[in-house]
Amino acid sequence: MTQLALVIDLNVCVGCHACVTNCKEWNTSGEAGPMVDRNPYGKDPNGTFFNRVQTFEVGEFPQTETVHFPKSCLHCEEPPCVPVCPTGASYKRKEDGIVLVDYDKCIGCKYCSWACPYGARELDADQRVMKKCTLCVDRIYDTTMTAEERRPACVRACPTSARLFGDIHDPDSEVSHAIREAGGYQLMPECGTYPANHYLPRRKVKLRIREDEIERADNPLKIDGQLPKPGKAEPTLDDVSSW
Amino acid sequence: MEPAEKMTQPSGQEVKKTTCYMCACRCGIRVHLRDGEVRFIDGNPDHPLNKGVICAKGSSGIMKQYSPARLTQPLRRKAGAERGVGEFEPISWEETFTILAERLGKIRATDPKKFALFTGRDQMQALTGLFARQFGTPNYAAHGGFCSVNMAAGMIYTIGGSFWEFGGPDLDRAKLFVMIGTAEDHHSNPLKMALAKFKRDGGRFVSINPVRTGYSAIADEWVPIRPGTDGAFLLAVIHEIIYKGLYDREFLVQYSNAGELVNCDAASDEFGMFLRTEVPEEEACYDPQDKLWWDRNANKPVVTHTPGSDPFLRGEFRMSDGTPVKPAFQLLKERVKDSTPEWAAEITGIPAATIRRLAHEMGVTARDQHIELPIAWTDAWGKEHNTVTGNPVAFHAMRGLAAHSNGFQTIRALGILMSLLGTIDRPGGFRHKVPFPRPIPPCARTPNHPNAVQPNTPLDGMALGWPADPDDLFVDENGGPVRIDKGFSWEYPLSVHGLMHNVITNAWRGDPYQIDTLLIFMANMAWNSTMNTVEVRKMLNDKVSDKDGNDDYKIPFIVVCDAFQSEMTAFADLILPDTTYLERHDVMSLLDRPISEFDGPVDSVRIPVLPPTGECKPFQEVLIELGSRLKLPAFTTKDGQRKFRDYPDFIVNYETEPGSGIGFLAGWRGKDGDKSLRGEPNPNQWEMYAKNDCVFHYELPKSYQYMRNWNQGYLEWSQRNRITRYAEPILINIYSEVLMRFRQAAQGKGFSRKPPAHLAKRVETYFDPLPFFYETLEGQATDKQQYPLAAITQRPMAMYHSWDSQNAWLRQIHAYNVLYVNTQTARANGIEDEDWIWVESQWGKVKCMAKHSEAVEPGTVWTWNAIGKAAGAWSLTPDANESQQGFLLNHVISEELPSAAGPVSNSDPITGQAAWYDVRVKIYKADEKVGAGETASVSQTTWPQFAPLKPYPGQAEPKSVWNYFAGKGGKK
Repeated sequence: MTQLALVIDLNVCVGCHACVTNCKEWNTSGEAGPMVDRNPYGKDPNGTFFNRVQTFEVGEFPQTETVHFPKSCLHCEEPPCVPVCPTGASYKRKEDGIVLVDYDKCIGCKYCSWACPYGARELDADQRVMKKCTLCVDRIYDTTMTAEERRPACVRACPTSARLFGDIHDPDSEVSHAIREAGGYQLMPECGTYPANHYLPRRKVKLRIREDEIERADNPLKIDGQLPKPGKAEPTLDDVSSW
Repeated sequence: MEPAEKMTQPSGQEVKKTTCYMCACRCGIRVHLRDGEVRFIDGNPDHPLNKGVICAKGSSGIMKQYSPARLTQPLRRKAGAERGVGEFEPISWEETFTILAERLGKIRATDPKKFALFTGRDQMQALTGLFARQFGTPNYAAHGGFCSVNMAAGMIYTIGGSFWEFGGPDLDRAKLFVMIGTAEDHHSNPLKMALAKFKRDGGRFVSINPVRTGYSAIADEWVPIRPGTDGAFLLAVIHEIIYKGLYDREFLVQYSNAGELVNCDAASDEFGMFLRTEVPEEEACYDPQDKLWWDRNANKPVVTHTPGSDPFLRGEFRMSDGTPVKPAFQLLKERVKDSTPEWAAEITGIPAATIRRLAHEMGVTARDQHIELPIAWTDAWGKEHNTVTGNPVAFHAMRGLAAHSNGFQTIRALGILMSLLGTIDRPGGFRHKVPFPRPIPPCARTPNHPNAVQPNTPLDGMALGWPADPDDLFVDENGGPVRIDKGFSWEYPLSVHGLMHNVITNAWRGDPYQIDTLLIFMANMAWNSTMNTVEVRKMLNDKVSDKDGNDDYKIPFIVVCDAFQSEMTAFADLILPDTTYLERHDVMSLLDRPISEFDGPVDSVRIPVLPPTGECKPFQEVLIELGSRLKLPAFTTKDGQRKFRDYPDFIVNYETEPGSGIGFLAGWRGKDGDKSLRGEPNPNQWEMYAKNDCVFHYELPKSYQYMRNWNQGYLEWSQRNRITRYAEPILINIYSEVLMRFRQAAQGKGFSRKPPAHLAKRVETYFDPLPFFYETLEGQATDKQQYPLAAITQRPMAMYHSWDSQNAWLRQIHAYNVLYVNTQTARANGIEDEDWIWVESQWGKVKCMAKHSEAVEPGTVWTWNAIGKAAGAWSLTPDANESQQGFLLNHVISEELPSAAGPVSNSDPITGQAAWYDVRVKIYKADEKVGAGETASVSQTTWPQFAPLKPYPGQAEPKSVWNYFAGKGGKK
């Protein structure tokens, strides 16, 4: 069974927010739109976004990591938002594992957002329906688009290609390879939600320089070095001793 | 390219290609329209720059297009209204042009320098510069002086090229990448793409920065450093590289002036100059190969590059006439003798062991991870090489190094370090982009005499250029400046991008003279693009009474062209509403700052996707119209008629000289569009760009893609295509004779002009032919007990300078800024997380919120640049977070420093680069004493505040709730 998902590589994410606004511009005029912006030019502007980047610090100076952490619906394999929905508006698709909300059935009761341990759902404050990432379901099956375009907007936009998209149940997919090889992990596994989205951790490259690599036989210092050459007239042992 | 039918969209939808301008990166984009509204903007997968990706800003272009901050009609300040209040009345374009043509015509007929044109981050300097020169004013520059001119000048005077548009790190083949200082905003998407690929390929990324944010977040190692001390770090690395023998000797010998002999006879007029075999035959703009080496084989002086010879890089020698000489490299070695890692550790705060280890990482990686590519090429001395080799250590830096008053010499040190490692225009190191490399310095010169400014006459020279010696300075007989910004004067001799940051203060003070009209294009000089913002706003509104008792402004007439209601527009007498990037034709020209790749020249265009909003008119069209009305020669036929219908017509038909075949665009030239780079005008050139993703990419043969300073094939290609005048090798300036010529003049030696007495010491001190570290000028003038902290800004990747607060989506990412303070530092000052504090320098203070951070070194505080706004500007409501919680650090930064001879610009004394990052501050809690021992919190609003701006006529009403959905016909 197919389970589509995003795999997000924290090792290369620079927190540029390309995924955040590209998602917004695609989806606000797409099947899931519009996505409201309240107070767009006033105090405390607050709009609906399906994807946000949180930035936080880990560790104490100078051993500090600054982590940029993109977050959206994780399309859980056991999504807690689905069984709590009183109208059946929240559902998980059998064919590809995408978790969606049927706006026509949603009554905006927020049960799903309370059930979601990841805070991934956003109530559209204007339309009073729950909204969230659809994995760009209105792109990925659109046959009027090229294969390159049939990917979620955030994946295509990402300048560092930190966002991979594919079927995590297919062991040969790019995402499955990445999860296996780079230590991909799920958020809060203790919740038993089996999120489909995975994150790849930071990986550090270090360089070990051995002492004997620093100075070598072909060191250019030897070429330019002029050993002192005393003048012929300067004193030598010959001047004082005949042995 | 996609087959045409693929681009066919469902009904009502169409896709148009153009070039982004949400920042200066200039990616290729596709704009998807639905019923004429922008439905989606994505990266063009076929574009060489961004290959389909797009950033947060580019993805928010819709919100820029439909922003209520847009100006939609020409506006005139209401009679009697004060500047800065923002009371305007609409006028027609015809009236606007009449006013401008009359006023500017009078100035041009009397004293053209009374018209000053300064432009923001525009990348259309080829046109604005042409207009200014044709007008005849020397008072023209773009924003480089307050941006990163130190980076451009420091590198170009050293290696003949620079970062960003003109070169960059080859991360495709690098193994070690060192980024120094904040550089997030320049070459944004290509650098992000390259960085990710570099890391995936197992490269090691080291970031040296006081702050860990942006790209530094994903560095394998973060090395916190104190601001303004990068020069000390670099000199210590150079020390270690030289004393451990980790330099690329072969590279230095062949391709730099390291082996060239310098006159060391302190009594001689030639002291510090290279020895030469003979006087060059012609005074030309290249570096003649007439210098000497001391040959190791023959143990005597020989002409450089004599076959069979090999110079000493170290030692001291005597010429036959007894003149003591040393190779340049020996002088560098002596210079860094005491610049030990221990010395630098004290200054930079980086442990000596770390400096030493990083130097070894650079040196050993460069030496042992040698790259060899099977590419044959011929060097400028005729020697054939079977391979191109490289040392895979790459660097990148921008404003973090540049925006200090010691930045030029720091960047010289970086250029020299990159050269010692043998990484210039080689795989895995730094690579040039056409039209660079250029001679050191490049050949463009300003006039050198005030007589170059004459009524009704174009300026006799370029307004901006590259001085090679004191005789190139643009000064009068007393050594005083000719330009309003004092560029190219003895105060800032190599101010190759001008000093926009001093124009208003100088014009207000009438120093060196008063001007009449200041035309500002797209620069927020009443806010984030100016230092000392509170006072500069007063200067813009300051009046003087004439003898008849009439008040007039000290800067009599201010014209501002902008697309948005910026803080600066409020101070205008006349506002010209610009179009957005989606509404205009535009070129990214080789005459300016193109988007070239390492493999060859690239230029590109914008083609309108949407009609102009309201009465908006592209500034390009304004200049063509004004140039025609003023009858400037370049815009007028011989019989005085208008030469160009409009800007697109100008771009196609303008040639730098009649018949030169060189124009703004390099692609599809010639009548049939079959010529590249040079060729007669092609009437269908725009159509060809439109058909080809709006971009022209000329890929050089592989053998011309590397070693271009010394690559015979490339240099001759460049000469044939008139990119350069000479096909002569460009040797790296380890030792800068150019700088020495200025120092020599300051010492009273030689035949060139001499500086005024009060500047001699300054020039002698800072024009050192070898890089050196000195404390920033502001640091030298500050009591650091009282102002213990350095305050700097960083660049958010989702916001381009001040541009995007009007953008409904981007402002939700950065609606306000706080001051980040190291937790220990904050606690030591009694400041808890999210306390409100005062940040005070010796020039001014601001009130803001403090945020504890572990990602900043303890001696530094920082905030995001240009998020804070004046109330009501940019169509934000007066209570918007940007003005009430956000703040501008500029209020505590001065545009001038005091000196014995009067104020001087707070800038690098060599280049005039604005020293944004030199300011020192103290911070303290913003509590108010109520009674004995009791305090009450102050209001949680930033300070200073300004009276809110009101919307101007013609601006759209800002929505309070917006459900944006393009092309409503499609749905809902």
